[in-house]
Amino acid sequence: MFRPLIVIRRIPNIDFMGLRMFGFALSAIMTIGSIVVFAVNGLNYGIDFSGGIVIEARTPQPADLSAMRTKLDSLGIGQVALQGFGGPSDVMIRVQRQPGGDQAQENAVTKVKQALGPGVDYRSTNVVGPTIGAELIRAGTIATILALVAIAIYVWFRFEWQFGIGAMLSTLHDTITTVGLFSLLQIEFNLTTLAAILTIAGYSINDTVVIYDRVRETMRRYKTMDFSTLINKSLNETLSRTILTVSTTALAVLSLFFFGGQVLHGFSIAMLWGIVVGTYSSLFIAAPMLYYIRPKGVHGRGGEPAPSPSAAPDASSNPSPGAKTGAS
Amino acid sequence: MLYFQTWKIALILAVCALGVIFTLPNAFTTQTVENWPSFLPRHQVSLGLDLRGGSYLLLEVDTASVERDRLNSLVDELRTAMIANHVGYTNLGAAADHVAVKLTDASKYQEVHDAVAKFDPDLQFASASDGTITLKPTPEAVQARQRSAVDQSIEIVRRRIDETGTREATIQREGDKRILVELPGISNPERVKALLGKTARLTFQMVDPNASADEARAGRVPPGDEFLSAAETRPGLPTGYVLRRRVLVSGDMLTDAQPTFQENEPVVSFKFDSVGARRFAEATKENVGKLFAIVLDNKVISAPVIREPILGGQGVISGSFTVQSASDLALLLRAGALPAPLTVIEERSVGPDLGADSIREGTTASIVGVALVVVFMVVFYGLFGLFADVALFFNLCIMMAALTLLGATLTLPGIAGIALTMGMAVDANVLIYERIREEVRGGRSLISSLQAGFERAFGTILDSHVTTLVAGALMFWLGSGPVKGFAVTLSLGVLTSLFSAILVTRLQIVTWLRRFKPKVIPI
Repeated sequence: MFRPLIVIRRIPNIDFMGLRMFGFALSAIMTIGSIVVFAVNGLNYGIDFSGGIVIEARTPQPADLSAMRTKLDSLGIGQVALQGFGGPSDVMIRVQRQPGGDQAQENAVTKVKQALGPGVDYRSTNVVGPTIGAELIRAGTIATILALVAIAIYVWFRFEWQFGIGAMLSTLHDTITTVGLFSLLQIEFNLTTLAAILTIAGYSINDTVVIYDRVRETMRRYKTMDFSTLINKSLNETLSRTILTVSTTALAVLSLFFFGGQVLHGFSIAMLWGIVVGTYSSLFIAAPMLYYIRPKGVHGRGGEPAPSPSAAPDASSNPSPGAKTGAS
Repeated sequence: MLYFQTWKIALILAVCALGVIFTLPNAFTTQTVENWPSFLPRHQVSLGLDLRGGSYLLLEVDTASVERDRLNSLVDELRTAMIANHVGYTNLGAAADHVAVKLTDASKYQEVHDAVAKFDPDLQFASASDGTITLKPTPEAVQARQRSAVDQSIEIVRRRIDETGTREATIQREGDKRILVELPGISNPERVKALLGKTARLTFQMVDPNASADEARAGRVPPGDEFLSAAETRPGLPTGYVLRRRVLVSGDMLTDAQPTFQENEPVVSFKFDSVGARRFAEATKENVGKLFAIVLDNKVISAPVIREPILGGQGVISGSFTVQSASDLALLLRAGALPAPLTVIEERSVGPDLGADSIREGTTASIVGVALVVVFMVVFYGLFGLFADVALFFNLCIMMAALTLLGATLTLPGIAGIALTMGMAVDANVLIYERIREEVRGGRSLISSLQAGFERAFGTILDSHVTTLVAGALMFWLGSGPVKGFAVTLSLGVLTSLFSAILVTRLQIVTWLRRFKPKVIPI
């Protein structure tokens, strides 16, 4: 029978609550910074959102970018960006969105393909008309907002409204800073990035929920404990789990980043950031925030009768009430 | 809690076994799987176009033009009705969403109303004091017309694509006025796009012998006539014609059209149905010696002289065709005309080798990711980590089996979803094991630590999984293409991990307890 090589034997005793001002300040800077950067820089929208044309071509001989550029610039289809990537004969051709609606995009593709002549292998062609791009931005924004609201409602339903607010604010913080990162580094923001942001929302809340669950449990068990100490205790007790889960998820995302290829780069960068910031915000934002919006049944109200009101909605919705009530 | 009823054990094992069996075909090539004995499943997960190569076209039906056409023909019908009823009028014309006319004698309103209601009951009438009346189609009628235009377009698009011999094309409605076309294996869809870009509305109309093309070009078109330009400018032939608006015969009366040769020129031969043949015969009988025009999409292809009545219901269309364009026109005529123009608003095509690269990269990333997680779990949890890894393996199998059986489409972001859920799936195990550790530290006995660990972690696991499912559901609902593919695998992975991480792990631990009767928990 073999034993684990590494065991975290002792529960750490980190004073998260003592660091809360530092955390709040850092998060305020990051959030405001993200909004400012976004307002100034905007996002480097990929073709999915901005519309336009992206063609991935493979030339029979190593690609002569300047010759190709001359050919394409004379087509009168506006700015054409050529970029080598992968092998020496792989070229990414980006054509800006054509004025004049959806049909104009199609005509430009035909022109480009004619100009480059036969022999070129078109590995992928993407044309997105202006109509679609605008719709996708709208749908993406709606999806993100709905995800935040839905998650807050779920947490509210399972815990109390104070927890719901804490969870939503910390998740909002995570999504805003992810968008800020993409704006700051001008990494292409496309549909898979959007998927990553929604996943980050789900993942970040996952962490927060685990911690809140422990806070609630500790609240019931130690009715007179100082709330600040109580939060610290809960965070430290769940820290080992937090680190391990972050690690396994990060391992999966890192392998996507290194082996998943070009298409998944933006996705994996967003996810990596999301995992880090989502964990940070659970520890330094979501949990300390409870200190300020004190849920009921906290220190000073310890004299409430046994099934406290805070426990009631939980017991009715929890599929295994025995797990909680039988614990104390 | 640590006791499993026999039927439960059987059920868990059965689900795991089915997961493995239905995943199996995906590990082999299609050719290999086809030779398997019939009792084995052969379904493989269907790959998205980004993985297998192919084209995705999103078309938009110009429904506004349907309404425009309807209003224009309403103008004609209204004119005919007013002339027949001897009603004087001025200012007859179509606006954006209605037709307006000013009656010389306002008291004739009821008469016009009754006459029009006979041929189109779905109009809203309004009259102003100066005798102007407006006829506006009801919103229901507009909607019905647009819906049927999109339905018809889908049918025509399907026929045209079938005619090109494309295999396995998917054509479906998307939203109100869009059509999604997926063409697996076709990475250069130029020909399909060219075929779909034509409305292919064919009409035979008489040329007005008395009107002058120059006058008409200047805007003076005689009433009941229209000016159309020639499809191609050729020396010695006019660049435009003044035609009678009345359509003698139209393309929907064709039963067949084939490319052929006449005097070594590519032409298209056609055959009318019985109604078309009769009308064509009558028209040609009455107009021997005159010019008639063959019009395609409002361009005159040719305008030959009727030398003799054409009674057999057959004929040829000549023009300056190439072999390709003649065969394309024949195809379009066979498939029928689109009720409205189509625009490609999104096109994504992927060549087969890029797709193969994506499969390879996605698979590599997943395998490396899973391998790292597997090692990590053993390093941190020892034997229990191994239990979690076994559960992870079944999780992956059940997930792939579910994708295969549900007929879901696996895309590259979908593969990313699989890799990600593998990392997240062990979270349930981590929660349970950490809890067990705590209970052990708290001084509980072996059995009661295990019991408490599973019980107490359950609520947390449920909460944390549901929030991910919420995000997944929203992505599926609001997302398009790649986002949907990702949402499917993410959500499925979260669901299957609930089963595997909790039940499969627990079953292993219970079995281990029974068999080895350990004194301490090795975690």
